[in-house]
Amino acid sequence: MVHAIEAHDLVKVFKGGITALDGVSLAVESGTVFGLLGPNGAGKTTAVRILTTILRPDSGSATVLGHDVVRESSLVRASIGLAGQYAAVDENLTGRENVRLIGQLTHLSRKVANQRADDLLERFELTDAANRAVKTYSGGMRRRLDLAAALVDRPPVLFLDEPTTGLDPYSRMALWAVIEELTEAGATVLLTTQYLEEADRLADRLVVVDHGRVIAEGTSAELKANLGATVLDMDMGDVERARQAAGILSELARRFQREPVLQGTVVELALDGGARMVTEALVLLDEAGLVPATLAMREPSLDDVFLALTGHGVTEAEASAEMATQAKGRR
Amino acid sequence: MSTATVAIAAPAPTARAQTTPWRAFKDILVITERNLIALTRIPEALFFSSVQPVMFVLLFRYVFGGAIRVKGIPGGYVNFLMPGVFVQTVVFGAVSTAIGLAEDLQKGIIERFRSLPMARSAVLAGRTLADLARNVGVVAIITAVGYAVGFRIESVLGFFAGIGLLLLFAYALSWGFAVIGLSAANSETAQVMSFPILFPLTFAAGTFVPVSSMPGWLQGFATYQPVSEAVAAARSLMVGGPGPAANHVLATLLWVVGILVVLVPVAVWKYRTRA
Repeated sequence: MVHAIEAHDLVKVFKGGITALDGVSLAVESGTVFGLLGPNGAGKTTAVRILTTILRPDSGSATVLGHDVVRESSLVRASIGLAGQYAAVDENLTGRENVRLIGQLTHLSRKVANQRADDLLERFELTDAANRAVKTYSGGMRRRLDLAAALVDRPPVLFLDEPTTGLDPYSRMALWAVIEELTEAGATVLLTTQYLEEADRLADRLVVVDHGRVIAEGTSAELKANLGATVLDMDMGDVERARQAAGILSELARRFQREPVLQGTVVELALDGGARMVTEALVLLDEAGLVPATLAMREPSLDDVFLALTGHGVTEAEASAEMATQAKGRR
Repeated sequence: MSTATVAIAAPAPTARAQTTPWRAFKDILVITERNLIALTRIPEALFFSSVQPVMFVLLFRYVFGGAIRVKGIPGGYVNFLMPGVFVQTVVFGAVSTAIGLAEDLQKGIIERFRSLPMARSAVLAGRTLADLARNVGVVAIITAVGYAVGFRIESVLGFFAGIGLLLLFAYALSWGFAVIGLSAANSETAQVMSFPILFPLTFAAGTFVPVSSMPGWLQGFATYQPVSEAVAAARSLMVGGPGPAANHVLATLLWVVGILVVLVPVAVWKYRTRA
């Protein structure tokens, strides 16, 4: 098995003692899409910045196409493309000039860079806006332009840092199609995302990161089998009744090595046993004289994945992300 | 997105990694061009960076000038003033290096550049060169304004030698402001950090008034600091006085070399290590 990207025990601590990466290892098979899934502040962007040679790890090592990201950084830079969540395009240049700029800096001739720019702008439906300054572009257009620029020298390895965050559903679907096309053409893609759905749709394999650590890895199907049961939300009307209900349902949940989750007046039960579990749960509650005020079923969210894996939700991780951002003093 | 079939990715050879001097040079040109294009997209920026020096010309020529006595300058105060305004203009222009770099950092553009197989030096060299070109434009505008208010040069050769020296001096200062731009969290901070350095250098100098009119404790600094030397050199070259140009020109060139030798490595180090 050939690994296009490998990382071993990457550690990065920022000034102020914020541990962004706490020993992350991963291996990405050539020609596949690899998903790095996690909430804001989990360390996804830091991992991408190290793998794209922008940042040096404090310890650990990583290779891209067999080249060490620290010692052979120029070889790595020659074989990667990067599109970031901040859409790093130049507002004063036109779309065409932006793509050409990146093309020329990857040492394509001006002629080839221009030709590729035109092709890519057409591919991303930016031809009409090609000669307009980027400051007039919408968020979705900037994101597409950013991706076009990343593709200009046809890099065999692509890093996409939250490529669809903030995009409208249409643009998101279109971007997904492009990513699928890229891997069909033989490219290796590492993408970070906060969306379980996106990882599920695109990634052949994925890791879930939290607080700078890999907390789960596998194929999307494997992870879902572990975490992804449908959830039944039961609003019991008041906190005391909710607590009683959680106690009663605890035995049912333990059959699948879980516990009911108490969120205020709501009890959340993962339905690992299928729809039949709904009946069982309601019968148990009815026997105790506890009837839910409302019932709702939903597919597991990233929050559920995190709750199941770490015992804390996304919000808590985001709070620490904010601290890390402040400590870094920018963005 | 369109259905046009365009090759969008195929494994590419990795032979493009080598950084040769020729490639570094081309990278510098590409970045310089990018910065100059941005300049033409905001023509009002060039206009507004000329407004301030023009105000200074008018203020000192017609408001304060009458109260300032200068000796040994052919043509009187306007000829004393204009070389000072040129220096002030290019020195203030060097701040745009700090602002431009801070902006690129803030917007993540430098982040992207750092992931490309380009020469590391190109971002800084391309920025300082574009700012130099911008200074040339502003200096041309100020020359026209100066002529309109009565500024007369001694010789064309001396004038261009003076302008050349000032642009070189400003280019060296650009590297100092590059360090500030790379240290600042954003462009506003970069600007705020620059002014406490600019003001004493520009005004505690023989820029607008003779140093001899300042209190004794200030005269030492005001005579030998780099901006004063540049002003004195420019004045001697452009209007022929007071005193010979050679010593001031030499002193200015030494400052240029000194600033470049110390601050280019600091700026490059800052660029490399800025996370």
